[in-house]
Amino acid sequence: MTMSTRFAVVLGAGLGVLCASLSGVPEASAQATALKIDSGDTAWVLMSSALVLVMLVPGLALFYGGLVRSKNVLGTIMQSFIILSVVSLLWILIGYSLAFGPDKGGVIGGLDWVGLNGVGGEPHPTYGPTIPHQAFMFFQMMFAAITPALIAGAFAERKRFSAMVLFSALWSLLVYAPLAHWLWGGGWLAKMGALDFAGGAVVHISSGAAALVCALVLGKRRGYGTDYMAPHNLPMTLLGTGLLWFGWFGFNGGSALGANGVAISAMVATHTAASMGALVWCIAEWTHRGKPTVLGVASGAVAGLATVTPASGFIGPFAALLIGAAAGLACYFAIVWKGRFGYDDSLDVVGIHGVGGVLGILATGLFASKAINPAGADGLLHGNPALFGVQLLTAIVVAVFSAVVTFLLLKLVDGMTKLRIEPEEEATGLDLSQHNERAYS
Amino acid sequence: MKLIEAIIKPFKLDEVKDALLEIGIQGMTVTEVKGFGRQKGHKETYRGQEYTIEFVPKVKVEVAVPDSQVQRVLDTITRTAKTGSIGDGKIFVRDLGMAVRIRTGETGDTAL
Repeated sequence: MTMSTRFAVVLGAGLGVLCASLSGVPEASAQATALKIDSGDTAWVLMSSALVLVMLVPGLALFYGGLVRSKNVLGTIMQSFIILSVVSLLWILIGYSLAFGPDKGGVIGGLDWVGLNGVGGEPHPTYGPTIPHQAFMFFQMMFAAITPALIAGAFAERKRFSAMVLFSALWSLLVYAPLAHWLWGGGWLAKMGALDFAGGAVVHISSGAAALVCALVLGKRRGYGTDYMAPHNLPMTLLGTGLLWFGWFGFNGGSALGANGVAISAMVATHTAASMGALVWCIAEWTHRGKPTVLGVASGAVAGLATVTPASGFIGPFAALLIGAAAGLACYFAIVWKGRFGYDDSLDVVGIHGVGGVLGILATGLFASKAINPAGADGLLHGNPALFGVQLLTAIVVAVFSAVVTFLLLKLVDGMTKLRIEPEEEATGLDLSQHNERAYS
Repeated sequence: MKLIEAIIKPFKLDEVKDALLEIGIQGMTVTEVKGFGRQKGHKETYRGQEYTIEFVPKVKVEVAVPDSQVQRVLDTITRTAKTGSIGDGKIFVRDLGMAVRIRTGETGDTAL
């Protein structure tokens, strides 16, 4: 029940106010007035789109770039840039229509809006009644681009460039677009009442599950567990973390699709969870390993941000504080215990986005409150256990769907162009073997 | 003649050098080296993943001295390179068969 219901209710509230103030105005004309573009709302969504872009390039690019070895930094940064280009173009041509086009049986949007046909300056009644339809499309484009780029952390330092581009392009159409439709485009999960404010399931569970499959299918990096594979430039990672945090205000705040109370409430929740995630990870590591690390604080902040995402527009600051604390603790131990499972999720996409996404979707089922956002729903703690069940189902469905389709896509791409670079290329590094460049000369 | 090799902590080099100059030592050779003894390197932790860095950076100071000065040099290095904590390093002394000053061709103690 996210976007469509949310905006139906916002629309309804708007209508009510209008009817009250302009008594005697017929409802049909009030409806036309309600679809009028609001310049404040539009400005905020345009601005938020740019903020989400900054999360991807250079935010995520630098975050991941600093975590790899120096011979792979360009190849890693390249992944974010090329995925942004390719997925943006696909989104305009077909992706947006598949995700948000008129619903076909609750499963997928149709082809009516291919090439942005009919997606123009007029507002769409369910996708932000006060902003141009194209602004909504543009904002959503950035989400579509960042999600496959998140997965790249799982196959860092060993995936062939051509395979990475092909996989990410197909994934954005065959995994991301359907999931966005199910939760945000009026699809079957939305109809069941599932809540995902800004992408806990669509973005984080989907990329986390895909990351796990990628790590398993591609196998470990050569020398994993024996070679020194420490991050080559932590200040670069910290710069990326700061840009992610900054951009996340647009990611979550912008998902209100207006410059309003829900937007600021989402931003407060976002910032609270990020701060708490950073602090709790820091304390957990300090207690458990003896020293508080800088990378730990950065990782905790990202864990808090990812985890609060689906709940951010439906909860108050105290719930955000608890979600941030749970994120810091759960993601820290998920990563520490990763070694026991023996897969090489190189940059911890599963531990942070997968675990954080599931935690966040479930927490939404606990803490969501109509008092915060009347367009949402009440969660378990506000007397509605049914929402928790729907959220649990959402988490499972999204994880399984993403994992299965990711597996099939990897097999398909492996048949077309080998997924993994040759052992010698891996020893040389992505930068020289894939791009004929080196970062530091 | 003896060749004295002292493996010391890098930050102690200036102190050792100044003290050796003070007792009349006129030259030395310094190399940046890596190694470990009972100190056994150090640990780095990245997101819970621990790496043991076995080889620790050290400085090797080589001084060639007449037999008569060996004890003084050993005492001086021991005194100045010491912090009292693990990893202060070691000193090795070996016999030196011959020394030649290239410019003049002098040999033995006079070449030092």
